Amino acid sequence: MSVAHMSAHEREERETHEQRALGFWLYLMGDAVIFALLFATYAIMIPGTAGGPTGKELFDLDNAAIETALLLVSSMTFGFASLQVRAGNRGAVLLWLAITFVLGAAFVFLEVREFAGMIARGAGPDRSGFLSAFFTLVGTHGVHVTMGLIWIVVLGAQVALKGLTLPVASRLYRLGLFWHFLDIAWVGIFSIVYLPGLL
Amino acid sequence: MEHQPPHALRSYLIGFVLAVILSAVPFWLVYTHALPPHRTLLVIGIAAVLQVLVHLRFFLHINFTTTPRENVLALVFTCILLFIMVGGSFWIMFDLHTRMLL
Repeated sequence: MSVAHMSAHEREERETHEQRALGFWLYLMGDAVIFALLFATYAIMIPGTAGGPTGKELFDLDNAAIETALLLVSSMTFGFASLQVRAGNRGAVLLWLAITFVLGAAFVFLEVREFAGMIARGAGPDRSGFLSAFFTLVGTHGVHVTMGLIWIVVLGAQVALKGLTLPVASRLYRLGLFWHFLDIAWVGIFSIVYLPGLL
Repeated sequence: MEHQPPHALRSYLIGFVLAVILSAVPFWLVYTHALPPHRTLLVIGIAAVLQVLVHLRFFLHINFTTTPRENVLALVFTCILLFIMVGGSFWIMFDLHTRMLL
């Protein structure tokens, strides 16, 4: 559909969705500030272990590597879903969204298992300032991914029921921004938390 | 932001390959301890910054021609805020740390 062939109504609707894209972008920038300050808090709290376990004793490099791979591949599969939205291919959109969901869910599963293991060893968020900062930072990211998963299910249902209408495509676009943004936040987490912690 | 880039599929694939390389190198260095720790830290930092730029360019399709100016401005403004807030936090906390413990 070219711009010249759109009706006035469609053009107006498209403008509304572009404004929403900007609004959502501003939200993401605010979220970036939150993450950056959680990173700063974590970096400052690294020595504050209060005689408890350090990152080196708690973190598992294999787990972090698998989580990194899952999230990166899911970012790419979401990109494929976005391309199929533009191609107007409803079935392929649903397939790529489903694959993205499975990868994201596997990520959350690994993270929850890691958290549960640490808490079972007495290294919960109440053990030290370092662990409070760790659980706040990584947990905030995990909650974001979980919200993203719920959002994928909701939009998947909308794609299946309503089809790839302009509002649905516009929502998928904003979900894409969110999902790619979460992968960027994860780059910060493995580069600031896991890799230096295990060095 | 809804403009379709000409090589959209290629963009995601290039981004993916670059991101894999920029993740694999720091992970490999930590697995093997091939470099002394401070050098490894430096590589981790550089790879992370590069990977964030790769994600912005190839996954979020941020560039200076088709991305609306407001979005780029918001991104630049956020970077300035982060510099002040994160830099300021480190400044204050390390200063405090030095004064309290030495």
